[in-house]
Amino acid sequence: MDELRKKAGELLEASAVKVIIGYENGSDGKTRALFAEKPEETARLVFDSRCVMNLATYVTKKEVRNKGRIGLVATLPVMRAVIQLASEHQVDDAGLLVIGITPESKMVEFKDLAEVEAFVHRYQIEIDSKQKEMLDKLEKMTPSERWDFWIRELTPCFKCYACRAACPMCYCHRCTVDFNQPQWVPVPSHELGNIEWHIMRAIHLAGRCVDCDACYNACPLAIPLNLLTKRMLLDAKEHLGGYQPSIKADHLMSTYKPDDKDNFII
Amino acid sequence: MADFEPRIVAFVCNWCTYAGADLTGTSRIKYASNVRIVRFPCTGRIDYMLLLKAFDEGADGIIVSGCHPNDCHYTSGNFHARRRWIMFRSLCDFLGIDIRRIKFSWVSAAEGAKWADIVNSTVSSIRELGPYEEYRKIVKRPAKEVTNG
Repeated sequence: MDELRKKAGELLEASAVKVIIGYENGSDGKTRALFAEKPEETARLVFDSRCVMNLATYVTKKEVRNKGRIGLVATLPVMRAVIQLASEHQVDDAGLLVIGITPESKMVEFKDLAEVEAFVHRYQIEIDSKQKEMLDKLEKMTPSERWDFWIRELTPCFKCYACRAACPMCYCHRCTVDFNQPQWVPVPSHELGNIEWHIMRAIHLAGRCVDCDACYNACPLAIPLNLLTKRMLLDAKEHLGGYQPSIKADHLMSTYKPDDKDNFII
Repeated sequence: MADFEPRIVAFVCNWCTYAGADLTGTSRIKYASNVRIVRFPCTGRIDYMLLLKAFDEGADGIIVSGCHPNDCHYTSGNFHARRRWIMFRSLCDFLGIDIRRIKFSWVSAAEGAKWADIVNSTVSSIRELGPYEEYRKIVKRPAKEVTNG
């Protein structure tokens, strides 16, 4: 942690970056985002297992970008998100420097995003065993049981869009749910609008979701909405050749193979 | 249930299936009148949201159809659409939406008879499945009549 604070302080001192985004202690024993603009503020940086929020969500925000070059404290899922954002031309080396934290909680320095990408590619995206169990359990149900399960889970959702705000990939300036001509997704908190919103979210994240679970952690009702994106991840693996964020590669949903699976098309 | 007439919405591309359906008519082939055809420039334009809206508006079944692979008027619209369908279909299945009610097909402008077959078989399979009550339950307003033209 001291190493991280020291590095962050040096970067600000040398004006290599204008702001460091990291974690600090928040209320109620939780951590929150820290935006350190002065070297002395980096003393507030912390890093431990409570740091589950995906800080990459801030790097596309105008308010943060206006400060100048960003130094981002990034765990592996956050680095994945950064690479996906880079492939979508949302971030570049001029605007972002990544200070990595390995899965073993060691700090690692990167010269540029290409190095981050090389690091990210050393790991495959693995779905957590508990979540995998849940996915398998759902798979074994009949469609009607699954429908009942999801209606039960999604009914309490009041579409606060915390999942959208927490997601680094949901950076559209205007989201489909914000349109009211036509009103694609019904606003009231009832099952129809809720299920449509969650379908929309999952589909828009298909082939882009880096499986960081930030959406699930942000949900005030702990709806297992990350299962939907995990399912999309498994489908990408099964039918579209697998997903690994990379700066130069084609996006899974904006490319195709002439021999994509079509046994369901008559 | 005996007098249940399924309401089917067909999302088809302008260049192949719509022309194919036209051929069905000009060939004087009779087929079930339960289908309402919506014409799109390309299958690549058929947004998954539109399929959800069809169920929302009271459809019991959906047909999505366009050009065979390599026949797309815009070269690759159907290939892109196919990827989207793979993902959408799987997600619907995962959510418990009855995917037997969504039929995907390739029908070329020369396949008037195939179009009639697809509509007839879809209508008969949806007739067996009955109205899509499960989905209708979450729509908090009476389903509208889908009018024809």
